[in-house]
Amino acid sequence: MQRVVVTGLGVVASPGIGVPAFWEALAVGRSAIGPLIGVDAGHFRFPNAAQVRDYHALDHFSEKQTDHIDRFAQFGVVAAREALRDSGLKVEELRRRETVIATGTCVGGQSTEDEGFVELYRRGRPRVNPMTVPRVMANAGASHISMDLGLTGPAFTMSTACSSANHAIGMAYWMIRQGSAEYAVTGGCEAPFSFGHLKAWEALRVVSPDTCRPFSQDRRGMILGEGAAMLILESRDVAIARGARIYAEIVGFGMSADAAHITQPSWEGAAKAMRAALHDACIPASEVKYINAHGTGTVANDVTETKAIHNVFGSAPKLAVSSTKSIHGHTLGAAGALEAAATALALTHGTLPPTANYTGPDPECDLDVIPNSSRTAQVEYAMSNSFAFGGLNAVLIFRGRS
Amino acid sequence: MSDELSIKVLETIAATQRIAKETVTIDSTFEELGIDSMDGVQILFALENEFNITIPDDAAKSIRNVRDMVDGVRQLVEAQAAAEGQAG
Repeated sequence: MQRVVVTGLGVVASPGIGVPAFWEALAVGRSAIGPLIGVDAGHFRFPNAAQVRDYHALDHFSEKQTDHIDRFAQFGVVAAREALRDSGLKVEELRRRETVIATGTCVGGQSTEDEGFVELYRRGRPRVNPMTVPRVMANAGASHISMDLGLTGPAFTMSTACSSANHAIGMAYWMIRQGSAEYAVTGGCEAPFSFGHLKAWEALRVVSPDTCRPFSQDRRGMILGEGAAMLILESRDVAIARGARIYAEIVGFGMSADAAHITQPSWEGAAKAMRAALHDACIPASEVKYINAHGTGTVANDVTETKAIHNVFGSAPKLAVSSTKSIHGHTLGAAGALEAAATALALTHGTLPPTANYTGPDPECDLDVIPNSSRTAQVEYAMSNSFAFGGLNAVLIFRGRS
Repeated sequence: MSDELSIKVLETIAATQRIAKETVTIDSTFEELGIDSMDGVQILFALENEFNITIPDDAAKSIRNVRDMVDGVRQLVEAQAAAEGQAG
């Protein structure tokens, strides 16, 4: 069995493009949630979102490429390029060895689909752009990363709603661990801001009318976000031999299904996935000192997640828990990837990112949630939770410098 | 309470929940009718379409039984009628 480490990170997210902007926002606890722009804002019950505001496609792609690649997949490619540069690996090395590409995407090319449907239903035109299907498909992120980097190894996309990226990273981790691949480009990408798709979220009545305040007494729901994060994974032996900078080791991955309800989360399912990850990592629960929570900021999730954490770690667990969704929003299929990057960076810097926008404790969420300001703490083991609509749960465990 | 509006609300709840009309009374709780949070959201959607109203999220959160729902819809329908009267 190979030990697997994270040696490269790339991020496109609402705090900015690139890892430095992302980490700066996390380290100071500055929420990147702001007024919704570009999609008939004002027609929704929620005025705010976590959007990538300073993104210009032509800074990264030719005009011809932008015809072929939806915003969500563009984010994935931009993040993958940064992660590769950051790892110090030459792309030729990845091409020579077996490199897996595993991405998570939930809703795919929503704005492309929306534009096509507007042509059909509103403008009464009889046809849509022939690039609609290849732009919309959820695997376009993985496909364009493979084409951009010339990687011909195993490549696939997991689509398990808000757990997509954790499932993708977990599978890539296991493939390297068992020797099926030597490197991985893995993470998630999402760009859900189309009028029709936002209307669908509005109808669910889970989006906050102000901001995202996970675990807070007056939380009012989630805030939708967009972006991508990609990680370069490789075997620890190879990374050490080439003198690579190691952000963190991935030591465990666990999955479960609630088998209960299509939208309401169950604490039993969440607890089962956390236990599975601990079992996979061969560590007792008491070793984990930080959890990057799923922490959506909805009334239901945060109470359920708290109950699950108590069930696994005890009624007064000696660990810190924060939800960075308060800073970068809920990016759906990319959420686990942004949070994996946040967790790896937290371990590297010895700084735990806070839960931003926090106004006070909810007795039903009695956890140490690192309210509003980051905390200096050199943690060895950290967990990152993702719990999806549909009850599909995926949990990763990372190990920092001991 | 068996006016036209309340009958229509009861019928909408029954149709959305796919249960017999007679099962739903003004005194039914959501618990008795097996209405969970997702069912509740679907009923709100059906009522918005039926009465051409918009039910705010905050108002929706406090509704726990059929009577609350009828009262809430009545308030919104009356407020809308008053606004239209003023506009006219």
